[in-house]
Amino acid sequence: MSPLVWTGVTLIGGAGSLLRFYVDGLVSAAIGRDFPYGTLLVNLSGALVLGLLTGLALAGDTALLAGTAAVGSYTTFSTWMLETQRLTEERQHRAALLNIVASLVLGVAAAELGRLIGARL
Amino acid sequence: MPEPAAADSVPAPEARPAAAGPPGGAAVPPPAARNRVVLPRPDGRTVAAIFVGGALGTLARAALAQAFPHAATAWPWPTFGVNIVAAFLLGYFVTRLQERLPLSSYRRPLLGTGLCGGLSTFSTMEVELLKMLSAHSWALAAGYAAASVAAGYAAIHLATALVRRVPVRKVAGR
Repeated sequence: MSPLVWTGVTLIGGAGSLLRFYVDGLVSAAIGRDFPYGTLLVNLSGALVLGLLTGLALAGDTALLAGTAAVGSYTTFSTWMLETQRLTEERQHRAALLNIVASLVLGVAAAELGRLIGARL
Repeated sequence: MPEPAAADSVPAPEARPAAAGPPGGAAVPPPAARNRVVLPRPDGRTVAAIFVGGALGTLARAALAQAFPHAATAWPWPTFGVNIVAAFLLGYFVTRLQERLPLSSYRRPLLGTGLCGGLSTFSTMEVELLKMLSAHSWALAAGYAAASVAAGYAAIHLATALVRRVPVRKVAGR
């Protein structure tokens, strides 16, 4: 792996994190913060795109830069868990459970949809 | 006259605008202010902090993924590991920054939104689950999903509890 590729991973990772910040902020501002819709939308859209990249069967540096770096940094596991835990702290157990189940199930569905699209491109 | 909203009082997790700019910017049309829609308008310092943190987190995650490749039907230790570690760190950082430390304009974007957000990943986990399901490894997929959620949740809970008990113990002395 060349230094150029690792530089790319680093810069793309920073950009993906910023994109997550903006998308989450826009969604939260538009829909509200009662339920973590921002993170949900970020994660589902990211799963769709990573599924698409999987369907395209990228390999090597391209997969590393587009998948691991770009989409990987755009989506987040830690915020998803934090928001779920904070929901249960506020005794919103149904919302917390919904956040877990919806993310997992719709995430796999989005990834499969992306994979099907990618396989046809 | 649109009422300027308090832009610094958004108590929210990692990915939220930590330092929304001053109200009344030219980019926001007056009717939007009535709906209290606070768009992300971070200052340069916040943007730089998220970028640097996200870059470092992503670099660490990508290096681990490259160093420990695994088959589609094997336990994805690199993803599992970074996700649980990032969850613990995020729980620690956010709780400490929100409840124990004075307001800081760059720490949360750097450590939370950037570092933990870049280190952890949801999309990779979902595609790994998809590949397990495609290979009919049902038990592995169910175990991986359940273990990730349970350990991630427990990590947040534990880190939060650790931060919250510190001042009490300090006063109690030892």
